Amino acid sequence: MNGVHDMGGMHGFGPVPIEADEPAFHASWEGRVLAMQLRTRGKWYHLDEFRNAIERIPAARYLDAGYYERWLIAIETLMVEKGVVSPGELATGLAMTPAATPPQRPPHDRPPLRPRFDPGGRVVARNLHPESHTRMPRYVRGRRGVVRSVNGPYLLPDTNVQGGSRDWEPVYAVEFSALELWGQNANNVICVDLWESYLEADV
Amino acid sequence: MSDQHTHDHGHDHDHDHDHGHHPEPPSDVEARALALESLLREKGLISGEEIDRIVSAYEHDIGPMIGARVVARAWTDPEYRRRLLAEAGPAVAELGLGGPSATNLTVIANTPEVHNLVVCTLCSCYPWAVLGLPPSWYKSPAYRSRAVREPRAVLHEFGLELPDSVRVNVWDSSSDLRYMVLPERPVGTEGWSEDELAALVTRDCMIGVARPQTPAAARS
Repeated sequence: MNGVHDMGGMHGFGPVPIEADEPAFHASWEGRVLAMQLRTRGKWYHLDEFRNAIERIPAARYLDAGYYERWLIAIETLMVEKGVVSPGELATGLAMTPAATPPQRPPHDRPPLRPRFDPGGRVVARNLHPESHTRMPRYVRGRRGVVRSVNGPYLLPDTNVQGGSRDWEPVYAVEFSALELWGQNANNVICVDLWESYLEADV
Repeated sequence: MSDQHTHDHGHDHDHDHDHGHHPEPPSDVEARALALESLLREKGLISGEEIDRIVSAYEHDIGPMIGARVVARAWTDPEYRRRLLAEAGPAVAELGLGGPSATNLTVIANTPEVHNLVVCTLCSCYPWAVLGLPPSWYKSPAYRSRAVREPRAVLHEFGLELPDSVRVNVWDSSSDLRYMVLPERPVGTEGWSEDELAALVTRDCMIGVARPQTPAAARS
């Protein structure tokens, strides 16, 4: 989705807020939210669902909330959707009903890597604008790049969040020039990891 | 069940209101976190001890000192460096470091011609296994938006100036792969032990927003 989380290239966020000697957590609840995520993820939901839950936070709230508050919102969302807690329980903190049964563990169905593109191959990022979850940043769409490395296969996040098909695909580190992405004649390149179905051959 | 754990919430926060003496409104993020934890514990899905253990691990044990040891080994052992760059997960595991989540790690080497910089524009993906939790700036909209479009301006804010002849290679961690930068070994460190070298390697060096200190700077 073309959400506010897809920040690459945006203007208006000011200088990088560098904090010297910062602690692991700025408040004790942050660490507990992190730990709750680590203990519930993998059993009740997977990483793609977690990222998607963060991306579904309304844009203004996403920007207003800090990192661990977004995590908390996402865990709350997923725990309700998976039947672990109810909205009423979240409001009171009092458990009224037992949690639903966790979903079945996914099968070990990872196939061998069968890449369509090779290192050095010229590719174009497809001009896709799905309304739901994707891991293709919008700043590369329609842009031409060169495959640097072939990795995986990994599950395609776009379908994995829907809970239907499990689409294992090669993931390519694709190099784009600053000229191609930003119109800058600078000595910078940007490598982005892209699933195979995000790409087509540049012929 | 909140009496089952004795750690004190809210003593190291920076809110200006008083905790524990009156009910928090449901919009308060800390109250919501505590409510969720209480629910998950009551339903038997987690225990307070497990949470304490995870928090402690990320506060004390899992951090950039792990990556620094990997870098120091790569600086002193060319064969190890070759293995690390070819397949980082097993190379990190060789040192008894990183744990299972290092399997998707890729290590990219800085050279005199290329400087590498890691970002995640879509969320805040970060090589936890070797660097621990990301710093706040790494998760900030400013860094996420700008690192891919104007990396040299971002590096300037960190005090790192690179000549135009050095190519900046930005890595946007948009998939399951995690990236860590292998910085260049500073000159003047010939004969140093791995421990001495590891002390030069900061978190920022392994993200790519800094270079390791020179021996003169390290001594002062």
